[in-house]
Amino acid sequence: MRFLLTREQSDFARSLDAMLTSADTPAVVRAWESGDHGPGREVWRRVAEAGVFALAVPEEHEGVGLLPVELVVAFRELGRHAVPGPYVETVAAAVLLAGSPGLAKEWLPRIAAGRAMVTLAEEGGYALDADAAEAVFVLGARPAVLPPGGALRVSSDAARRLFAVTPAAGAGEALPVPVASVVAARESAMLLTAAQALGVGDALLARTVSYVKQRTQFGTPIGSFQAVKHRLADTLVGLEFARPLVYGAALSRAGADVAAAKVTAGEAAYAAGRTALQLHGAVGYTQELDLSLWLRKTGPLRDAWGRPGDCRGRVLEG
Amino acid sequence: MDLDFSAEQDAFRAEARAWLAARVPEGPLPSLETEEGFAAHREWEARLAADRWSVVSWPEEYGGRGADIFQWLIFEEEYFAAGAPGRVSQNGINLLAPTLFDHATDEQRARVLPSMATGEVVWAQAWSEPESGSDLASLRSTAVRTPGGWLLSGQKTWSSRAAFADRAFGIFRSDPDADRPHRGLTYLMFDLRAPGVTVRPIGRLDGKPAFAELFLDEVFVPDEDVIGEAGRGWRIAMSTTGNERGLMLRSPGRFLAAAGRLARDWRTYGDPADTAVRDRVADALIGARAYQLFTWANASRFAAGETIGAESSLNKVFWSEYDIALHETALELMGSDGELADGKWAEGYVFALAGPIYAGTNEIQRDIIAERLLGLPKGRR
Ligand SMILES: Cc1cc2nc3c(=O)[nH]c(=O)nc-3n(C[C@H](O)[C@H](O)[C@H](O)COP(=O)(O)OP(=O)(O)OC[C@H]3O[C@@H](n4cnc5c(N)ncnc54)[C@H](O)[C@@H]3O)c2cc1C
Repeated sequence: MRFLLTREQSDFARSLDAMLTSADTPAVVRAWESGDHGPGREVWRRVAEAGVFALAVPEEHEGVGLLPVELVVAFRELGRHAVPGPYVETVAAAVLLAGSPGLAKEWLPRIAAGRAMVTLAEEGGYALDADAAEAVFVLGARPAVLPPGGALRVSSDAARRLFAVTPAAGAGEALPVPVASVVAARESAMLLTAAQALGVGDALLARTVSYVKQRTQFGTPIGSFQAVKHRLADTLVGLEFARPLVYGAALSRAGADVAAAKVTAGEAAYAAGRTALQLHGAVGYTQELDLSLWLRKTGPLRDAWGRPGDCRGRVLEG
Repeated sequence: MDLDFSAEQDAFRAEARAWLAARVPEGPLPSLETEEGFAAHREWEARLAADRWSVVSWPEEYGGRGADIFQWLIFEEEYFAAGAPGRVSQNGINLLAPTLFDHATDEQRARVLPSMATGEVVWAQAWSEPESGSDLASLRSTAVRTPGGWLLSGQKTWSSRAAFADRAFGIFRSDPDADRPHRGLTYLMFDLRAPGVTVRPIGRLDGKPAFAELFLDEVFVPDEDVIGEAGRGWRIAMSTTGNERGLMLRSPGRFLAAAGRLARDWRTYGDPADTAVRDRVADALIGARAYQLFTWANASRFAAGETIGAESSLNKVFWSEYDIALHETALELMGSDGELADGKWAEGYVFALAGPIYAGTNEIQRDIIAERLLGLPKGRR
């Protein structure tokens, strides 16, 4: 038993952090929002070069995976840097496609190398970033692949570009994947969304802590007021107890553990967002401040790939 | 990173489980906050000690098994899963013993620890005073030099289990002229039945005498009962509230067992259509798992030679709030039976309510988290 990241895993996180810091992700997010995918694709390429997608692809298909802990490490960094794009969906699609030898051969080497950006959605739901993706994979009673496109629906997080999945009955090409792969894909999406939410929460807390140290009112930094301190302390408690659930779920891969991680990380990040907004005062309510790029994610990430109520139900089923 | 226990750890678990299965008393013992319960719990502690299960993490020479932190966590999981009784010796074991291991003389350890391990001598913590709670360093009780020892005078309060305990440990002002409030304090052990000591039990919310106030009138304490150097009491006391205590004060085993019980009760009494209660039951299961994994992560750091300092405040805030939420859910689930004073969750609820108050209130813990972990500026308190 050693429930601690290894040296390699921490180094991996640090190198991704350095790479994403230098990529000026806030500018990338703003471009992505307006439908300009260029800078986002460049980040995608660098993330692939760092080996992130390969972690989701088995060796026989030119990956190094499946390595859920390393994926969680990576997705926390993607969340911390508010990186836009269908990362969760592409990785979960890789898990889905691994269930069919033919599809795996066709898609996985390209996904591992970062050459295929795809997306994944529940039947009747929205496909994230379908305008940037090469294919839309649909989960449900009859898994299918659809051509990309459709009508854009504006998300409350403008960097999440949503496209309704409304195939006419029987439209799209049916996918020969077993039910187990559908379940595994959903669980991967759930786990990685949790990791991403955790990163978003960590970023919101860090930004708020540095803000309250420098913003002065009544002649003193607002961070010296107890009402401010205690809210931030509670935010840290929330995140620090969500974190081990996320890593624990990556190790056990048990459905109930994944659901517990999802609901807890989602709610901790959401609460971190509420606190960040409050403690930034009116400036936190503006879209000019980069903080908004993280703030807008907390609701969607809490509810995507497993709403809190559904997750709690899963936990009780065991 | 892994969650796998070694074969040795599994064997330790199996041994503990088998021992407990054969010996845990049928049905609960009377409350340890009563005279009758106190006696019954002492007997249980003696039985634990006879096979060296009462203080597994202590060295063998004092009655322990020299268990490491993972074995201790495993033992606690098994202990609570088996429904074993609460520990009447917990203040001594969790607070005094670590202090003695760090700061006492060999003679003191040999004299004090074995009878603590068997429950023969039950210890109470005498830190708080009527005017000194959160601001503990302002304490006023005095220790005055006398030939061969010290004379203790003043008043201590909220001393858990002191109503029936044998001895106490506490900090006293030995140098009234020291320049700062937390200087000139001395850490001493004393006999609750010594001449000059008056113990007045205090009823808690449910009327049980769970704590007491102590009036001390020139109580003689020999030099051999001073812990560490005279005048260094504050540092000695604080050194044991940090590191291990964050892990040792409440083991995850307790909450895993309680959450498991709650989930079983929900399956028996719950209304599946009432998703509000269902969600809170799920949160109890999730919280217990989160606390377990958080503790394993800390134990891993500890085992790797790192120290756990202010992080123990995260622990304290989490489990104390969690414990109340769990019990509130249980009481609501039980409907009108939840109100019964002898109901199955009632005593646990009363106990949980105190969690955010004792061991440093949660407000004080949040200050520590904000200042030491988040680096926020100190403000006016
Ligand atoms: C069940 C139980 C068992 C206990 N057992 C023991 C024991 O065995 N031995 C022992 O010595 N003591 C014991 N205590 C006492 C406990 O340690 C104190 O109650 C605690 O330190 C708080 O002190 P106080 O009660 O004087 O509250 P106060 O310090 O008067 O605080 C009252 C309220 O004000 C808040 N407050 C105070 N200062 C600040 C601040 N700076 N910022 C923000 N808020 C503040 C507190 O958080 C609290 O909410 C026990 C208490 C309980 C409830």
